[in-house]
Amino acid sequence: MNWPDRELGWLIIGTFMALGCASLVGLILRWRCGATKTIENLNSRIMAWWFMILVFLGAVLSGPIVVVVLFGLLSLLALREFLTLTPTRLGDHRALFWAFFVVLPIQYIILGIHWYAFFSIFIPVYVYLILPIRSAAAGDVQNFLTRTAIIQWGLMICVYCLSHGPALLTMLEIPGYPTRDGKLLCYLVLVCEASDVLQYVCGKLFGKHPVAPKVSPSKTWEGLIGGVALTVGLGTALWWVTPFSPQTAAGMSLTICLAGFGGGLVMSAIKRDRGVKDWGHAIAGHGGILDRLDSFCFAAPFFFHFTRYFYSTI
Amino acid sequence: MQQISAACLRLLTGLRAEWQGCLPSPEPRVYFANHTSHLDAPAIWASLPSICRATTRPVAAQDYWTAGPVRRFIASRVMNAILIDRKLPTARNNPVTFIRQAIEEGASVIVFPEGTRSPDGQIQEFKSGLYHLARDLPHVEFIPVYLENLNRILPKGEFIPLPIIARATFGAPLGRIASEGRHDFLNRARQSIVEIMQQTLIEPMENAPLHPAETFANELA
Repeated sequence: MNWPDRELGWLIIGTFMALGCASLVGLILRWRCGATKTIENLNSRIMAWWFMILVFLGAVLSGPIVVVVLFGLLSLLALREFLTLTPTRLGDHRALFWAFFVVLPIQYIILGIHWYAFFSIFIPVYVYLILPIRSAAAGDVQNFLTRTAIIQWGLMICVYCLSHGPALLTMLEIPGYPTRDGKLLCYLVLVCEASDVLQYVCGKLFGKHPVAPKVSPSKTWEGLIGGVALTVGLGTALWWVTPFSPQTAAGMSLTICLAGFGGGLVMSAIKRDRGVKDWGHAIAGHGGILDRLDSFCFAAPFFFHFTRYFYSTI
Repeated sequence: MQQISAACLRLLTGLRAEWQGCLPSPEPRVYFANHTSHLDAPAIWASLPSICRATTRPVAAQDYWTAGPVRRFIASRVMNAILIDRKLPTARNNPVTFIRQAIEEGASVIVFPEGTRSPDGQIQEFKSGLYHLARDLPHVEFIPVYLENLNRILPKGEFIPLPIIARATFGAPLGRIASEGRHDFLNRARQSIVEIMQQTLIEPMENAPLHPAETFANELA
């Protein structure tokens, strides 16, 4: 267990206070208005937040290896939800076996041994070319391109993109800023999830004009603008956690918000096409693991590469 | 032991039971389901609440479940399966007799009336055993169960299961019609599972409409 440094300590205290306030509001609402369905859903969502934050913080405070393992498990659960809802055929069984039991572990092992060059091309180049060969060798040609695309897409989103979160700990070297204690990852998670929550809250309070009514009626312009404005404010105010200046922190927060919004939209489009509301039932009140991670999967690669390009020496 | 095995299986397959047409009950019942994988019987068994699971016995293929010590242990000690010979039934080893005996002793059973695993996930014609069972046991509830994704987890001919999420949907008990013929009864039983399948939202790729480019290619050919 690493004792958190002062900045991380403040970040944790701030998060706990915010969540404590949310729990309190939930309790007061239940006391005042009775246990209606909406309020019970709100309360179970808040409880799930406590659980997720405690697991995440436990991993961050236990060191980079535990963070890598945690994200590996999240990737496994996310990929499982993704492939459960997207159709493949029996001829893909071996290719899917490779995806789950070979590709996923290798991606996280190269993350753990700090091999950036291989980390960044393993899935987009090698797996991209080799897995379809396995499927083709199985001899089933029906919907071949669709099936291949589904497997590659699942791996890119649930494994490759998600692994850019722990890469913030193991793949960056920033002069005068310790990356291995996970502060930058905490910042990304906080801003990304705050953006989700604030967009949701603003959408519920003021939402009128949906951005893409056919994809997701709950994503509105009011929610987007209000949520992004508040989150960029929060992300800028937290610049002292990061190696960024306040202006850069604002830019980074905006990037995270927009990428996260796009991620939610894209993953909603897939869900809508498959005729379901949620990816799964893993987290009470939230739906599946992938419902919580969709925005993170899109935001993490942007955040990682911007930080790496502008700040990292390796 | 039973609890632990069931919990492990539920964790591995992410199995969810949906009681759509009936509720779990410890009364003797016949659960009949579509059959696509060797994991089907353990899956239904594990998805039941523990109080029902203790008295529920899957009917499974003897040759598969007695091959090797692990399978034998799971079949006899964990699931307490009724193992039947898949070859032609004789008067001496008629599966229906064994199953009826188990029910009369107070057990529920899990049967797969297709008789063998479907190669492509489609539900095949039912074998007549279910009809004889229903005729002999007029007061026992027959519950249709639709199993989803088990053929993706462990399809026929594969031996490594994938961590895809399975679902077992329990339908309403099959109504009884007096003096119904064998053929009609079996069709109705099969249809009850097909109906649950059609209600579930995730379409298998097999039923996807042809891609426009594909139809165009077909026209050229």
